[in-house]
Amino acid sequence: MSVIAFAKNWNGKFKNSTFELVSYTKALANQLNTNMVVLSIGEVAEEELKLLGNYGADKVLTVSNPQLNTLTSRAYADIVAKAANSVEAEVIVLSDNNSGKAIAPRVSVKLKAGHVAAVQELPLSLDPFVVKKSVFSGKAFGHIQIKSDKKILTIAKNCFGLVANPCDVAIEEFALDIDTNLFKVKIIQEEEQKDKVILSDADIVVSAGRGMRSPENWTPVEELAEVLGAATACSRPVSDEGWRGHEEHVGQTGKVIAPNLYIAAGISGAIQHVAGISRSKCIVAINTDPEAPIFSVADYGIVGDVMDVLPRLTKALRNSKS
Amino acid sequence: MKILVCISNVPDTTTKVKFKEGDSLFDDSGVQWIINPWDELALTRAMELKEDAGNSVNEICVIHVGGASADATLRKALAIGADKAVRIDACPADAYHVAGQIAEYLKENPFDIILSGIESSDYNGSSVGAMIAEFMDYPGISSVTSVNLDDDDIQINRAIPGGKQVLKTEAPFVAVVQKGIATEPRIPSMRGIMMARKKPLEVKPAVELEVLTESIKFELPQEKGACKMIDSESAEQLVELLKNEAKVL
Repeated sequence: MSVIAFAKNWNGKFKNSTFELVSYTKALANQLNTNMVVLSIGEVAEEELKLLGNYGADKVLTVSNPQLNTLTSRAYADIVAKAANSVEAEVIVLSDNNSGKAIAPRVSVKLKAGHVAAVQELPLSLDPFVVKKSVFSGKAFGHIQIKSDKKILTIAKNCFGLVANPCDVAIEEFALDIDTNLFKVKIIQEEEQKDKVILSDADIVVSAGRGMRSPENWTPVEELAEVLGAATACSRPVSDEGWRGHEEHVGQTGKVIAPNLYIAAGISGAIQHVAGISRSKCIVAINTDPEAPIFSVADYGIVGDVMDVLPRLTKALRNSKS
Repeated sequence: MKILVCISNVPDTTTKVKFKEGDSLFDDSGVQWIINPWDELALTRAMELKEDAGNSVNEICVIHVGGASADATLRKALAIGADKAVRIDACPADAYHVAGQIAEYLKENPFDIILSGIESSDYNGSSVGAMIAEFMDYPGISSVTSVNLDDDDIQINRAIPGGKQVLKTEAPFVAVVQKGIATEPRIPSMRGIMMARKKPLEVKPAVELEVLTESIKFELPQEKGACKMIDSESAEQLVELLKNEAKVL
């Protein structure tokens, strides 16, 4: 028996969310009194794989086939299932990100393993096996029992944190035949913004709403984000009006995020918006209306016009740095 | 080409959630039910594809796994413009159970394109679309923000962290769609509502399938403490608190 974590890489590099996944899975293995195996798919340099050992990985299986450098959910799911079988994994753990959401359900069907997405913490109990997940788009939590022998979890970002646990890593190539029939989706073009902080990865998010009054008024938001090294985001009306792109929309029907610091500028805080940000560690709200519902979920609040307050905040941050 | 759109019936997004029977069940008293927002956008995009005469889309069917209480939601989908609705008469136990039921239907009634919203806004399992793809052994594409057809040429945009990919695939396939797939959901017209009454809503018996997971209890998030208010002139004080009290800078 064992537990297995699938460590996704991005262009050969892991992210903090990968190390959080390894930290979580190690703690789960300890709870179950068993071993952890970490699986990596695609070409990743040995030094990078060894970083997994900082968080408790002592055995890494790697499938270093260049054909697998970009995510193909069908092929990845096939490999995850085969690796899980080969190490007799009882629990399979993935990050609850785009790739985890694409792969985990497929592995669930392949192995008849009960699957729970967006798990918030270590299992509440092991027998029966019960995990806690967010439901109703962040408005509540559910306790879900997994009844099958094999179980598959995707864990929510920032739910566990990083736990340093240095180990010597044994890296093994996991040899298997790759079925070329599984590559029916072809990538013909790819665009990536290299210069911006990615919203789903960001520790700090500066988000703005209709209180900005016009799409031309975004400079103070961008300047504050720059000084904080933050990603920018927006409320639904702003993306619906086309003031900002859909990829920036946070809330129930947009992105659900959990940064350390979320700054809501000129956002009233409709229930759907709050659902998407409620797991943020600290929320700062800036709004002209002292009765705005955003203040009831915020840790710190400023009543004032965003066009005055944001530049002042940017200046104060610059001064505190120098 | 035939398009199948998977529909969840969910509480309106403004619903304040409550639980009953010792927090073991969702309290649906007074709840307004709607088409899951992403499924509604998927249906809207399916309509756009059918209306573009250059495409050969000739049927849009919506499918739902659930009890008769969802029929009003399915009628709404028909009023928006779906040609046909199918309800698999079962209590939706979990994503595996729902996807398995839809896959059984697909085996008898093949479609070229299967659209599924990224998640349902109630249980947020975010799994049904990818599970259908696996049950059917079809390609599945996640995080889809656009689907375009040019005869049999299928082009798909997929969001990746900080960017996008343009993909080509072959039918049949499953696309798990998110915001951006259509700009605004359609509102049923008066004519649409009249016509929906005559459109077929088939009810099919469920197949026997294992249930792998079960919700046993719910809890509400802890109430936040009071918001600390700071004078709008005192940005320095906020910076100080974020650094030394909240320790997030």
